Amino acid sequence: MVETVVKVRNLVKSFGELDVLKGVDLDLYKGENLVVLGKSGSGKSVLIKIMVGLLTQDEGSVKVLGKEVKGLSQRELNELRLKIGFSFQASALYDSMTVRENLEFPLVRNVKNLSKADKDKLVEDVLDSVGLLGTINQMPSELSGGQRKRIGIARTLILKPEIMLYDEPTAGLDPITCMDINNLINQVNEKYKTTSIIITHDLTCAKVTGDRMAVLLDGVFGAKGKFEEVFEHAQDGRVKSFYDYNFIKQ
Amino acid sequence: MAGDPSNKDKIIGKRIDKFFIGLESAFKFVKRFFQEVWFPPYEFKEVIRQCYQIGWNSLPLISLTGFIVGVVFTNQSRPSLAEFGATSWLPALISIAVVRAMGPLVTALIAAGKVGSSIGAEIGSMKVTEQIDAMEVSATNPFKFLVVTRVLASTFMIPILVLYTDFVALLGAFTNVHFNELVSLSTFFVQVFDAISFLDVTSSMVKSLFFGFTIGIVGCYKGYNSTKGTEGVGKAANSAVVMAMFLIFIEELLSLQVTNFFRQL
Repeated sequence: MVETVVKVRNLVKSFGELDVLKGVDLDLYKGENLVVLGKSGSGKSVLIKIMVGLLTQDEGSVKVLGKEVKGLSQRELNELRLKIGFSFQASALYDSMTVRENLEFPLVRNVKNLSKADKDKLVEDVLDSVGLLGTINQMPSELSGGQRKRIGIARTLILKPEIMLYDEPTAGLDPITCMDINNLINQVNEKYKTTSIIITHDLTCAKVTGDRMAVLLDGVFGAKGKFEEVFEHAQDGRVKSFYDYNFIKQ
Repeated sequence: MAGDPSNKDKIIGKRIDKFFIGLESAFKFVKRFFQEVWFPPYEFKEVIRQCYQIGWNSLPLISLTGFIVGVVFTNQSRPSLAEFGATSWLPALISIAVVRAMGPLVTALIAAGKVGSSIGAEIGSMKVTEQIDAMEVSATNPFKFLVVTRVLASTFMIPILVLYTDFVALLGAFTNVHFNELVSLSTFFVQVFDAISFLDVTSSMVKSLFFGFTIGIVGCYKGYNSTKGTEGVGKAANSAVVMAMFLIFIEELLSLQVTNFFRQL
């Protein structure tokens, strides 16, 4: 039987009078890439932020690697966070640090007794994995959007997470760079044996990276399944229009 | 309706609520600082980096301002003393004014403008670009790394900058006195040190610690709680300066009362 690494049940989250998530149920199975799709403001990012404890739900249960996130102490939450990599929409690289310092930041704070040689090797390995070894001494402001995304992913990979959460990995990138990022997500999944949730509204990204799709519609998952099941034979008008609008561009 | 008195009451009520909510949130922020400052991990490297940013990078501005304050204050004080034939008291007068009030106040106001705004803007932009969230998800305490380090650095560095400003302002005063009254450097400084007491220096240093703490904590608080994207960052930087300056004047007033109490013992 396939292990469930994330289990979400009846998740409810509101911001003031705005109900964003209205009873979301979700299972993420070990080794798979699950794509969560939905319009802007549909609560996709809120969902993964609750998984890492950046936001707290109003109701419902979120279990990550068997632990109920809401009830964890700060120390337990930090231990769990080390097993989760979170790639932010805008990369969230630390502006005042070089690429090397950005990558070393989580390492030096969470891995004890690491020699300088070990540290350098880990940084170089992970940079090599994202194909940007040459940028090691550059500042984030000197990098392109695609490079920043890659470094952001590299920073999360350095702690060898079991689960990767990608928040809009291709947002704001040109189609060629989008494809590079999509391929990188697949390579990461293969090399690091991660389980991933990819938040996007880009159907190309969804098709290339996802094993399974889940479409957030009005605060609940309106459709789940493989890409073809969800989109190519969609009965729900909202899912169908989502598909049509995405592919009109091409 | 807009002119409805009950609507006005509601608006006033909302503003009062907002004020007290803000006060509570600021109190919690300061409380969190005192809870977190004692416990590891200690970010020594970052404290030193911030000390460098706050101290070393403020030196050119502080030097220029301190020197000008010394020269101008001496020039403005001379006519009043000359009426009584007491221009020889200039070094004493200036030293008391500089050490007791002008040095700490000028340094703190300049630092509030330069350091407070840069802390507010830096942390504010980190907040809106999710860099603070990124620290949190990598199991690092962003409050400790960003807030505790900056507040400690400004608390340590402002008293040092005040000592430096005092020295530079006195040099400015000496330059003026030397060219007008032909007083030598040693005579000038003998008169300076004769006039100031241990209490003057101690009270100046203690209030500088409070000024430094205020500049750091206000800058961090405003940045950490900034919202609404880049507009929020600008507002955070601006309100960090305004709030820090306002609090510095209040603290100056309070420290005057406390020092006077000790002076009378």
